[in-house]
Amino acid sequence: MPDALTAAAAPTPLYPRTREGCAFVTGASRGIGAAIARALAADGWPVGIGYNASHEAAAAVVSEIEAVGGQALALGGDVIDRERADAHFSALEQRFGPVLALVNNAGVRADGLSPQITDADWDLVLDTNLTAAFRATRRAIPPMLRERFGRIVNVASVVGIRANPGQANYAASKAGVIAMTKTVAAEVARRGITVNAVAPGLIATDMTADLGGDLLSAVPARRAGTPEEVAACARFLVSDAASYVTGAVLTVDGGMSA
Amino acid sequence: MSTTTPEAVESRIVEALSSFGPDVDQVTREATFEQLDIDSLDLVELAQIVEDEYGVELKGDDMKALKTVGDAIDLVVARAR
Repeated sequence: MPDALTAAAAPTPLYPRTREGCAFVTGASRGIGAAIARALAADGWPVGIGYNASHEAAAAVVSEIEAVGGQALALGGDVIDRERADAHFSALEQRFGPVLALVNNAGVRADGLSPQITDADWDLVLDTNLTAAFRATRRAIPPMLRERFGRIVNVASVVGIRANPGQANYAASKAGVIAMTKTVAAEVARRGITVNAVAPGLIATDMTADLGGDLLSAVPARRAGTPEEVAACARFLVSDAASYVTGAVLTVDGGMSA
Repeated sequence: MSTTTPEAVESRIVEALSSFGPDVDQVTREATFEQLDIDSLDLVELAQIVEDEYGVELKGDDMKALKTVGDAIDLVVARAR
């Protein structure tokens, strides 16, 4: 009989992990990243919870996962910080084994009409959303090659596919993520490594709290999505069930890009 | 770290390369990667094996210069010292 302290029910694995190794989700202290981390943990993956500034939120995600019998490790630092990002991989490798599932989710926005986007706004968004995702991918692949297995899921955006005025920098970064996804997928496919993107539309998170009204009218489903609805897709792409899906962009947008 | 005698490095590299497809007796010092159908992705994996096991980091430019099995063995032996 479980005692009161362990009474929280372990979540049901949908796609139980079949490999010895771990997952690393960047930007996992809240929103879509936290939902993906919880979903992968439910499938048995020990998960690295990457976060930038929200230490308490990241610690809460770790506690939540551990409370239901999972394993997680909070890893703080800006994804742009090359040395820190590399140290995160090393920490995960030491604690849980090779990172076999990488979810590049960390992202920022600095919106404005093009004439008003400063160099700093441009650089911040491109560095965080695209360059850091590339570096993490580059770091992740060699151990995956040796394992003949790997899963990389990049969180892109419908804005990387269709126009959204005021987000030239964000759109460019996400379109770049999609192009990178397809290219890397083709490079490593024959080693059992898949590289895919999910492209969320309007999802109810802190990051989109100031959006809504106007965008909602462009969503055929007439509602914002939830982080869990994006996580369900990432969870599938990480699973063995998705072994022949690579280079794909899975839109999760209530029909917005249809 | 693995032993870094030239013989040990040679035998490990031959073993790694043969795991990518060619028969082990085809993997001679003189054989070119092209003859063995070893491509650039295989060489990236070889670089990872060498880094994991000998602590030798091989960059993209190092790899591009390698044409034969002997080139790879000599480079790793030289760097591992």
